[in-house]
Amino acid sequence: MTVNVAGLVAVVAVTLATIALGLYGVRLARTTSDFLVASRAVSPTWNAAAISGEYLSAASFLGIAGLVMKNGVDMLWYPVGFAAGYLALLLFVAAPLRRSGAYTLPDFAETRLASPRLRSLTTAFVVFIGWFYLVPQLQGAGLTLGTVTGAPYWVGAVGVAIVVTANVAGGGMRSITFVQAFQYWLKLTAIVFPVAVLLLAWQADQRAELAPPTAPVFRAATDVTVRTPVRVEVAQPVTIQADGRIDGTDRTGTTTLAAGTHEIGPATVTFPADAAVPHLVGLAARNGTSWLTPSTTGGSALFGVYSLILATFLGTMGLPHVLVRFYTNPDGAAARRTTLVVLGLLGTFYLFPALYGALGRVYTPELFMTGNTDAVVLVLPGAMLDGFASSLVGGLVAAGAFAAFLSTASGLLVSVAGVLAADVLGAPDVSRSAGSVAGFRWAAVLAGAVPTVLALQLHGLDVSQVVGLAFAVAASSFCPLLVLGIWWRGLTDLGAAAGLLVGGGAAAVAVLLAVAGPTLTGWPAALVAQPAAWTVPLAFAVMVTVSMATRRRIPGNVGAMMLRLHAPESLRH
Amino acid sequence: MALTVEESSRPQRVRVVLGDMPQARRTPPVRAELDQQTGVGEVLVRGLVRAQLGLAVRMAALVALTVGSLPLVFALFPGLAETTLFGIRLPWLLLGVAAYPLFVGAGWIYTRGAERNERDFVELVERS
Repeated sequence: MTVNVAGLVAVVAVTLATIALGLYGVRLARTTSDFLVASRAVSPTWNAAAISGEYLSAASFLGIAGLVMKNGVDMLWYPVGFAAGYLALLLFVAAPLRRSGAYTLPDFAETRLASPRLRSLTTAFVVFIGWFYLVPQLQGAGLTLGTVTGAPYWVGAVGVAIVVTANVAGGGMRSITFVQAFQYWLKLTAIVFPVAVLLLAWQADQRAELAPPTAPVFRAATDVTVRTPVRVEVAQPVTIQADGRIDGTDRTGTTTLAAGTHEIGPATVTFPADAAVPHLVGLAARNGTSWLTPSTTGGSALFGVYSLILATFLGTMGLPHVLVRFYTNPDGAAARRTTLVVLGLLGTFYLFPALYGALGRVYTPELFMTGNTDAVVLVLPGAMLDGFASSLVGGLVAAGAFAAFLSTASGLLVSVAGVLAADVLGAPDVSRSAGSVAGFRWAAVLAGAVPTVLALQLHGLDVSQVVGLAFAVAASSFCPLLVLGIWWRGLTDLGAAAGLLVGGGAAAVAVLLAVAGPTLTGWPAALVAQPAAWTVPLAFAVMVTVSMATRRRIPGNVGAMMLRLHAPESLRH
Repeated sequence: MALTVEESSRPQRVRVVLGDMPQARRTPPVRAELDQQTGVGEVLVRGLVRAQLGLAVRMAALVALTVGSLPLVFALFPGLAETTLFGIRLPWLLLGVAAYPLFVGAGWIYTRGAERNERDFVELVERS
């Protein structure tokens, strides 16, 4: 694989621009309040672009296209859910949360229920979700840099971790508000312009059929470079040109692969035109017919879809880096309008990633063999275009992908570092005093180091799937806490704690099983891989039941709290 | 005719009152009740919370019944999932395109409704 010079230039340019904007922000950031919430002086349009820029992560920019390429129409529920999550946030949380005056989720828990111990528990969940969400961002960075330059995986992962940590520790949120807003527009450009060019190329290619009823085939003779050895299944015997290791022996020249399982790599192999694409063992490449239609086979598939919908719809409001942004709105009404603009901005972006997935089946089917379907957005320009257009478009998507990791990772790091500084390192009331900036910096370094180590350990996980699991934990812990805390007077600290531990705990265990546990099939697999449909109702039920059993612990100021959460600011005096 | 009337009748001296200072300064009784969470104040806040929650639940139900019902609809009527519109399969169009404007529309209706509820609440408090 050759180095894509334009891609490298683009990645470096985005990183430098991020650092430059961060430095510009440092000059403006003076107090901790500047650091954490940008002094609440950010206009709704900027804020909405910043929220969207922060939200569109590796999962959105790369992962959706990869999943659609692999699994078809069912995967459109990911972007639909990612956007619908902001609708749930708008309907149930945005304005009251802003009016609560809380900077972070632990702040909200303590303000609403007056319990320092509940605060510690929510801190633990913020850190768990934040780190779990940071890992796939760093993985995506490793994948992108590897695809663009051929650098080893760890270079991109560690590099992005260092840039983001330095930027956050140095400038805080004031700077990342500018950076994030800039990065939304960069990402939109980087997803729209390339796909327009690619669709023109597809048009010029007589609109090649996107989903022929067969399994994917190589359209032309194709060189496939496999760096990490893979085990693939070959459906029909195929004669290839090989240079490298195949089934444990070094081969050069013409070789025939019999039907069955083969181990390939590191090697470069050339497949003839019209050969069926061997696919990674365990990755069942769907044929065109099943790719096109929603999977409806059996109750467990339907359960999986609904579980995913629930996780994304209700999980967004519980993501630590999403909530902290709402404090930068001047009042509750502005928080609502900001969220509405965010819905529009995200909806616009999500029209495009699936198109890459559809084109990828035709033009880069070798990804089914290497298993790198997450890279489809990055490799399509090289496969479909030639010369200058290929470099330009390839560079642009690489820039967009890097913007995605940088912005999401920055946002996550700010929130995780914020709660670590306040609740673990014990900087007294970090959110309001001006003197604890150093504490925040140390917290940022700590918050960045742990997921970097994790990302180096956990290598081959699907970016979007890991992100989906983080949503499931958020939906089963913070969503009930926020929704009941805002709308139900009867919530008590014990009820909230029990719900967090049982619901959030169950989701966290399911997530860890899905990532590192034994391989399951059938219903147990569905229940573990998409836990939200049972953990979210469980969390709500436990919170309500325990709260009702401990009714005497309802805070005495609950009436005043309801007034503060729901009455417009104009009534304050 | 009208001209002469206007010319003849000089503008009369009118007492202009910009706001009713003493009244505005005084905390209205209901507002005091709001702060103390007694009687009328509590009822008003409960009413506002109920109105806002009802609106939010209605919009969530709208989205659940339209977009949210799609997996079930496609499972029950597989024929529908194979229908093509403009050369594109219906599920792709609905999930890939149509869902997003629906979300923005639902959000817009909610935002207007929620702001109206708040205005009504403020009027109720300021008037009484």
